[in-house]
Amino acid sequence: MKEMANNSYFNRMNETNTIRKVITASSIGTMIEWYDFYIFGMLAKTISSQFFPEGNSTAALLSTLAIFAAGFIIRPFGALVFGRLGDLIGRKYTFLLTLVLMGGSTFLIGLVPGYKSIGIAAPLLVLLLRLIQGLAVGGEYGGAATYVAEHAPANKRGFYTSWIQTTATIGLFIALGIIMLVKLNMTDAQFNEPWGGWRYPFWISILLVGISIYIRLKMKESPLFSKLKTEGKTSSNPLKESFSHKANFKMVLLALFGAVMGQGVIWYTSQFYAQSFLENKCFIEFGQSRTILLWGIVFATPFFLFFGWLSDKIGRKWIMMAGMLLGILTYRPIFSYFLEKTDIKQWNAGMSFTPGGEVIKSDTLNIKGINNIVEKSTRTIVFADGRSYVENKSDTVIVEALNTITKPAKVTFTNVHLDQGTYWKFVGLIFFLVLYVTMVYGPIAAFLVEMFPTKIRYTSMSLPYHIGNGVFGGLVPFIGLLLTTTYSKDPLVGLWYPIGVASLCFIIGCLYLTNKIDKDVTD
Amino acid sequence: MNSIKKILGIVWLLLAPVVIYFLVSGAITHIDPAGKKDINNPVIWIIIILIFTPIAIGLMIFGWYAIKGEYDHLPEKSTEL
Repeated sequence: MKEMANNSYFNRMNETNTIRKVITASSIGTMIEWYDFYIFGMLAKTISSQFFPEGNSTAALLSTLAIFAAGFIIRPFGALVFGRLGDLIGRKYTFLLTLVLMGGSTFLIGLVPGYKSIGIAAPLLVLLLRLIQGLAVGGEYGGAATYVAEHAPANKRGFYTSWIQTTATIGLFIALGIIMLVKLNMTDAQFNEPWGGWRYPFWISILLVGISIYIRLKMKESPLFSKLKTEGKTSSNPLKESFSHKANFKMVLLALFGAVMGQGVIWYTSQFYAQSFLENKCFIEFGQSRTILLWGIVFATPFFLFFGWLSDKIGRKWIMMAGMLLGILTYRPIFSYFLEKTDIKQWNAGMSFTPGGEVIKSDTLNIKGINNIVEKSTRTIVFADGRSYVENKSDTVIVEALNTITKPAKVTFTNVHLDQGTYWKFVGLIFFLVLYVTMVYGPIAAFLVEMFPTKIRYTSMSLPYHIGNGVFGGLVPFIGLLLTTTYSKDPLVGLWYPIGVASLCFIIGCLYLTNKIDKDVTD
Repeated sequence: MNSIKKILGIVWLLLAPVVIYFLVSGAITHIDPAGKKDINNPVIWIIIILIFTPIAIGLMIFGWYAIKGEYDHLPEKSTEL
C-alpha cells in the first residue's frame, strides 16, 4: 500500500517536472521570437535611415514591403507553411526550425552593411531577412501552443498554455528594456552610427536563440502527435483537411470572426497604439513614455496566468468577451484622459512656471530668389509641481525687394514631462489596457487548441491566429491614420477601428461560440 | 437563439462586399504619388486589398453557413468534424 502511494507520488512529480520543462522550452523560444520580431519595428526609424534612404524610390518600395508585407502577407503564409509541416512531421522539429530561422535572420540583419557601403543590396538583404522573420513568427506560435496543450492535463490546459501567452508581452518588455539599456549607455550619435548601438539588440538575439535551441533539442515530441504517428493516423494533407472540409473550415471561420479578430485589435491597441499615442499625440518624453508602458506591462503580465487559470474553472469564452467589452467601452475615455492631461494650453492657464534658457537659431534660406529668414527658438518651461515641456517656436520673415512679410509664428510642444501623480495615473491606465489584453489573450491558446483535432491542429489554429493578430491587429495604425486624415477634427477617431472590429467580434463570439471546455483533445 | 444566428448571417453576408467597397474607394481617394503618408502609398493599398479580399470572402462564407444553420450546433468531438 505504502509502495503504491510512493509510486503515485513519484509519477505526479515526474509529470510536474515534464510539464515544467515543456513550458520552459516552449515559452523561452516563443518569447525570443517575439523579441526578434519587435526590435525591427522599434528600431524602424534607425533601420530606415541606414538601409532605406529618403529620395530613393526603390529603397522606399523595399521599405514599405519590409514593414507591411512581413506582417500582413508573410505571417499568415508562415502559419500555413509551418502549420502544415507541424501536422506532417511533428511539432518539435517544426518549431525548432522556426526558431533557427528567426534567430539567424535577426542576427544577420545586425550584420548587413548600410546603404552607403553596399548600395541597393543593403535594403534587398534586409527585406529578405525581414520576410524570413515574418515567415518564422507565423509558424512559431501554433507549434508552441499546441505542444504545451498536448502535454497538459485537461483541468490545467488554460493555465499551462497561458505561459505561452505571456511570451508576446514579455518579448515586448525585453525588447523595450534592451533598447533602452543600450540607448542610456551611449549618446544618440553613437547609437545611430552605421555600426552603432542600434545593432546590439540584433546581435544579442543569437545568444538568446542559442540557449533556446539547446533547451528545445532536449525535448521529446508531443505525446498525442507521437501516438497518431505510431498509429499511422496523421493527416496526409493538412491544408486540404483544414480548409476544404466544410465541417472544419466553418470552425476556422468561427475562430477568426468570433474570437481572434477582436483579440488581435485589443492586443495591438492596448500595447502598441497606446505607446505610439503617448509619444506622438501626447508628446511625452522618451524615458517617461517607455517606463509608463514597462510598468503597466510588469503589473499586468501575471494576469495572463490568472485568466488562463480562471478559464479552466469557468470556461474561456466569457473571459475573452469581457476583455473585448471593456476595450469597447473604455478606450475612448482612457485615451481622451491621456490627451486632456497632456494638453499644454491647460497647463499654462492660471499656473505659474519658470521659463528655462532660450536657445535661438537663425537661418536664411533663399527660396526662388526671395530671402526667408527663419528664426527658431527653443525653451524649456518648468512648473513648480515637476511638470515640464519644451516649446519650439519658428518665426519666418520673408524679405522681398520692396516689402517684408512676417508669417505667424509656429509653436509646437515636445518632451512633455509629467508630474509624479499624473505619471502613476498613466501607469494605472496602461495597466488596465494591458489587463484587457490578458483577458482576451490569456485563454485563447487553450480555446483554439480545443477547437481542432490533433491531426490538423497546428495548421487550423495558426492561420486564424495570424490573420487576427497580423492583419486585423497590424492594421490598427494604418486605419487609424486613414480615419485621422479623413476626420481630422476628432483626435481619437482612429480608435473607432479597433472598437468597431472588437464590437463585431463580441457579437459573433457571444452568439456563436460555446463556453464548453473540451476535456478530451486527444481525438 | 438559432433564428437570431440565421438572421444575422444575412448581415455578415452583406458586410463583406461593403468592406471591399470601402477599401477600394478609400484607395482611389487617398492614393497620391505626391503624398508622403502611408495612406498615399499605392503599394500598401494593394497589399491590404489583396489580403483583405479573401478575408471578406471568408466573412461571406461565414454568413452563408450561419444562414444555413451550420452553427446551430457546434461539434463536440473530432468525429463530428
